[in-house]
Parts: sequence; structure tokens; C-alpha cells
Amino acid sequence: MAGSVSRRGFLGGAAAASVAGTVAWAPGRAWADPVPPARIRLSVNGKPYELDADPGVTLLDALRERIGLTGTKKGCDRGQCGACTVHVDGRRVVSCLTLAITCVGKNVTTIEGIADGDALHPVQQAFVDCDGFQCGFCTSGQIMSAVEVVSDRSVHTDDDIREAMSGNICRCGAYSNIVDAVKQARGEK
Amino acid sequence: MRGFGYGAAASVRQALTQGGDGTSYLAGGTTLVDLMKLEVMTPAHVVDINSLPLRGIQCTPAGLRIGALERMADVAVHHEVASRWSMVATALRLSASPQLRNMASIGGNLLQRTRCDYFRDVRMPCNKRKPGSGCPAVNGANRTHAVLGTSASCVATHASDLAVALVALDASIRLQDRHGQRVVRLADFYRLPGDTPAVENQLRPGELITEVIVPACDWPQAYVKVRDRTSYEFALASAAVAVDVHRGVVRDARIAVGGVGTRPWRLPATEEALRGKPATEESYLEAAKLAVVGAKPLGDNAFKLPLVQRTIARALAGAR
Repeated sequence: MAGSVSRRGFLGGAAAASVAGTVAWAPGRAWADPVPPARIRLSVNGKPYELDADPGVTLLDALRERIGLTGTKKGCDRGQCGACTVHVDGRRVVSCLTLAITCVGKNVTTIEGIADGDALHPVQQAFVDCDGFQCGFCTSGQIMSAVEVVSDRSVHTDDDIREAMSGNICRCGAYSNIVDAVKQARGEK
Repeated sequence: MRGFGYGAAASVRQALTQGGDGTSYLAGGTTLVDLMKLEVMTPAHVVDINSLPLRGIQCTPAGLRIGALERMADVAVHHEVASRWSMVATALRLSASPQLRNMASIGGNLLQRTRCDYFRDVRMPCNKRKPGSGCPAVNGANRTHAVLGTSASCVATHASDLAVALVALDASIRLQDRHGQRVVRLADFYRLPGDTPAVENQLRPGELITEVIVPACDWPQAYVKVRDRTSYEFALASAAVAVDVHRGVVRDARIAVGGVGTRPWRLPATEEALRGKPATEESYLEAAKLAVVGAKPLGDNAFKLPLVQRTIARALAGAR
């Protein structure tokens, strides 16, 4: 639609405007004695990306603010909520406590990278089928965790699933449906 | 986060060359990056050590060796660790979250900092973070704080579960710096806060933990962790035990507790009191009373005294 402004585009523009009028600041930027940015080459969902960033830039901020993959969410930004869960070399990690520069030469997978074209990943489909979310803010992280959990052979019972998913907080309280979604994706429902 | 210089070390020698005052080693980053964001830690340089060959989990009849860069998740599910050092595997499995266990290294776990909210908040005084500034926890919000090993300067709890199990097992760590290597018993590595709570352990500037050395222990073991919620939470009280029972009588025991001390807390008096006693809940609870001799409860954490005794008794009864 001509002249329409997306919510994301609007917010992004507003943020840029406010920064221009004040002191330039970016996550990881020193306010004294700046360190020259490093060239960081990342492989995300099989595609190469190159960015110049301070070594303090987290993988989360690199994905969202620099690469434009905003499916990964910033919740607590302190490694406590799991909303920012992504896979690095096939293992789930919290991207808010991962420095982007440490991911050079590794394969990063985000929520944008698990579907096969228009076909949802079985875990994504299970979350839809089981209503495994309400507001949806934690869902990317929940799904990235669940992708690891469905192939974990040490997980057997509902309690095992809850424990294995305990690094992902859902403040809406969709937990019981999330357990159902994990079970469906494991082929148990 | 303050700006810092970053380098990745390709060898132990290179890392040790780059290490020193003002430099932090980066392994999993789950403590360091968190505390750098909070500006509790402000290193001028960060040396990424993840490429160093400090890996491997070796089980021999004499014991277990774990490379310092092994990840918590991998050690927790290692078959022989889980069967021969079950308290280690359990302590790891009950730590943090699956994501953090995938990231955090064994060496980093042993060097993690306290969860004291005053320590983590740079607006607050804290003798550990800023020597001489004071300790608001002594008369403040101290429900999660220590009751053993505290001083007027610091009452912060040591946060590691793994360290509690390793202290119970008489484990040691190998340390390396530019001048050479040394092996230190983990129980001796951690220091009491005293008047200098900022000095938490024997680690020298630029020194690396390279491996953890755990003696064999074929006695039944348990690690019991009691916390405010079932998962993903630090201990209010925990107990790591190994107990040798023969014909219903305790021959020997090794016991350490967590969540209650300023460092992982070994309990030699409780161990001694158990020797020769019947392996019953009654004698476990009787011996556990000695765990809190000298304990100093604060305003909000007196509940930890009975809690830790019952945690010890439950661990002893549940050792497998």
C-alpha cells in the first residue's frame, strides 16, 4: 500500500532520528577511548554476512540491529529469560551473552532459518497446532530450544520436557501447551 | 558495556602472554559478558581462549580429568562421569539452564562470581567489587546470603554447584601461568572473605585453570539442591555426599554443602560424627547438626540453618 509505514520501519526511523540529535551510542560502544571496530564475518542460516562492529556487540544485537533478523527477541538481555535463544554450531545458546565476534567461523541458526521454504519446521507447526504461545514474544526462543529438546534422547517424561525447556521463560504462562507442542513434535501426540 | 580490546589466543602460551592485570579470559562468557554488561567487570582486554586445547574428559581407575574448556552440558551427560561421579553429573545437571550449560565451561563455572544483588549493582556499595565501600547485605536483603564463613565485610554466597561436589570429592585444579604449572586442592583454592572479600581465590593475574582432577570415589553419592523453584535457580541449600555404608553402618563419608557458605563448605566434623553410626535418618540428622556450629544467620536467612541440615540428611539417605 502506497504511503504505508510498517510498525518496525516507523520505530527504526524514530530511533535513528533520536540518536542523530544526541550522542551516538551503540551497544558495546565505549564512551571513552573507543576501540576500533572489528570486521566480523558471520554465517547465519547458511548465508554469509559481514559487519564492522565493536567486539562488545552481542550476537543478539548483531542479528537484530545489524543483519536485520528480528525474529530473535531481546527479553532480559542478561541470560535469564531465553527469548534470544539461537543455535551456534547446532547447540542452543543465549545470544545475549554471546559476543558476535566469537561466532566467526561458526554456523548460526535463528528462527528465520529452520523452516523449509513455506513449510514450517515440525516444531513450529506443533506450536501452531497446540497453541503453544499467547503474546508470542518468547516463542522464537521456545521453538529454538524445543528443536534441540525433540532430539534429546534423555528426555522421556513431561517433567523431563519441562526441565529441558526451563531455560525459556513464558510470562503469559503457555507452558502446558508448550509441553504438548514438544510432545507432538517428538511424534508422541 | 565499556569498550575493550579483543584477541583470540591460538595456544596456551599465547593466551598466557596476553593475560595479566586488566585482561579477562573469555570462555563461555556466561559470567564475563553478563558482568561486563552490568559494568561490574570492566576489563581493558578480553582474550578468547576457546581455541585452546584444554578439552577432554578422561576416566581412569585413578580418577577423572576434565579439560577446563569442556562445557557443563557435555560433562553432565558423559556416561562414565554420570556413573562413577554421579554427584558431579547431578550438580551440573541442576545448574543454570540448558542454554547456559551448553555455553559455560568447567573452568569458568569454578570462577563464577556471587549472585549477591549488591555485588551486581554498581550503584550500591560492595566490598567485593569496591574494597572499603561497605556491605549493604549485612543489614539488607540477605535471604539468599551465606551463614558460614561470613565476615563483617562480606556475606556473599558462593554460587557454584559443581564446586560443592568437587570439594566433597577432594578434587584439585591445575593452574598455569607464564612461570609454570601448579596443582591446588579446590578446597584450598577458594578464600574466606575476611577483610579482603575482593580476593576470592588463589588465582594470580594471567593464570589459567587448565584442568580439573577428581580422585576416584566408588561410594554411593548424591547431590541434593533445594531452591525457590524446581528448575533454573541457585541453591538456597545444597549437599554433595559420598557415603560408605557396610552392613547398615557408616564406615566413612564425604560431605560438602552449598548455598550457605562464602565458599564451597566441606564438613569434616559431620563426616567424623557419622563414622561408626548406623545408616539411619536419625543419625544423619544428628551428625548434620554439626554442620551449623558457628553459623551466623542474618536477618532474613536463619531458615538456612535447619534447611541445610535436612538437605544433608536427605542426600545421605538418597545416596546411590
